Amino acid sequence: MCGIVGLLIKKPNMRDQLGALMVPMLVGMTERGPSSAGLAVYSPPLEASSHKFSLYSGEHAMDWSDLLRRLSKNFDGIHEISPLGNQAVLISGVDPGSLVTWFADQREPIAVLSVGQSIALYKDVGTPAEIAERYQFKTLRGSHLVGHTRMATESAVTPAHAHPFTAGRDFCLVHNGSLSNPHLVRKKLEPLGIYFETDNDTEAACRFFEWRLREGDSLETAVQRGFSELDGFFTFLMGTDQELLIVRDAFACKPAVVAETDEYVAIASEFRSLAHLPDIAHANLFEPKPEEIYSWRI
Amino acid sequence: MANLKPIGTPETREFDLEKDSLRELNQFLHSAAKSHCQIRVRNPNGAHSIACGLNSELDVTLCGHVGYYAAGMNKFATVTIEGNAGPGVAENMMSGRVHVKGFASTAAGASAHGGLLVIDGDASLRCGISLKGADIVVGGSVGSFSAFMAQAGRIVICGDAEDALGDSLYEAVIYVRGKVRSLGADARFEPMTEADRDIVKQLLASAGLAHEPAEFQRIASSKNLYHWHADANQEY
Repeated sequence: MCGIVGLLIKKPNMRDQLGALMVPMLVGMTERGPSSAGLAVYSPPLEASSHKFSLYSGEHAMDWSDLLRRLSKNFDGIHEISPLGNQAVLISGVDPGSLVTWFADQREPIAVLSVGQSIALYKDVGTPAEIAERYQFKTLRGSHLVGHTRMATESAVTPAHAHPFTAGRDFCLVHNGSLSNPHLVRKKLEPLGIYFETDNDTEAACRFFEWRLREGDSLETAVQRGFSELDGFFTFLMGTDQELLIVRDAFACKPAVVAETDEYVAIASEFRSLAHLPDIAHANLFEPKPEEIYSWRI
Repeated sequence: MANLKPIGTPETREFDLEKDSLRELNQFLHSAAKSHCQIRVRNPNGAHSIACGLNSELDVTLCGHVGYYAAGMNKFATVTIEGNAGPGVAENMMSGRVHVKGFASTAAGASAHGGLLVIDGDASLRCGISLKGADIVVGGSVGSFSAFMAQAGRIVICGDAEDALGDSLYEAVIYVRGKVRSLGADARFEPMTEADRDIVKQLLASAGLAHEPAEFQRIASSKNLYHWHADANQEY
């Protein structure tokens, strides 16, 4: 069991409240996922030459300003870092490939949770309330977000196994359910040079869809292909810099409810995570139908 | 059941789940509440297992949307849900009446033995799965695999049905007014008799819905799965 939450704010003047509206949604899914939580938040894109890197140092007490000093020594240009305990968001004009390699060479364990011009990502082990507090989710601003609370059923409880998963740039995915053929998917993708970081089933789906996006599919087309490639139970919620998308498997075993108003689209595994939202009494409430793709653009 | 109520104003009680705990409510419904008592529950806010396991002639109104298993295992009570219901509403109901005024999620009325479940809106997949004798009336449409392995009882669907309706049916009977995308294994359309039209008329009246019984089609088991056929090659 797991909980998923998604929120897209349609009215630009409400986007400062994105985090504040979302925290009760995430905490509301604690019983579905008490062991880890995370979210990806999308804000207006940086200039074309810059990227955001969401970094995670685990239990290592990281000196982020020292990392920034070393980075500035190695790479020209302006780098900004916003640390939050064991996570930090770095903005830099350095080519993402070179920078990710450089992080791997550092003496501290640094995981790169997301790369993009719009996405920032936070995830860790702990209850949703703890994670929300640890990374000050209520202060987050942006157009949309994708969140998850995890109750592990098929692989270990570690920060790396927490959702959202990312692949490529500005793409993330969360999953409620379990896939039965993630190893076959992985076997198909690895010979194409696609590298897996964990043994988690959701990562296979995430890398499959991102591969299709790179091959030129729209997200909707990629998901259509997924119906024949991915076997198992799923409610997938995905984000790109432009779009929020939800889809359920043919048997709709895993729940999802959508609430849409003129101001927002809110998605959760259950209504109890939506009950606090403004004007919810007048929202259009529905459950996504099996194998129907629902997406909203910012 | 209005004629069974005592003369005079029935006892009423109101709960607000933004202030009162769910356990407090359910404990009151199980022990403290007297038969014929009217209970209103404000702000159910999608909580699970509200008004489960009732065992007396209570009249409970849930003023909003409810989560998993609302009114599960109901016996004797009348439970009205003024919003939408989560998965497994009225599952394993024994008697009484559960009325969902919005839509119902998956497995509505699963394995219910008796009583009446009315859903004004649509019901999701697996509505009436393993039904064991209750009646279900759905004002809207039902999702795939509805009435899967239903053993006894009646399901009236005023809208359409998705795939595999009535797969592996036993003795339950389904009446559908709209289109059926596909029937499940061993389910078949059968002619409507006068008795069928009377049943549909009576169930629609109980549900407060006005449709012409003649517009419904009957689906029941062809009973080919009742016996092992060595030459069927497992293809039904």
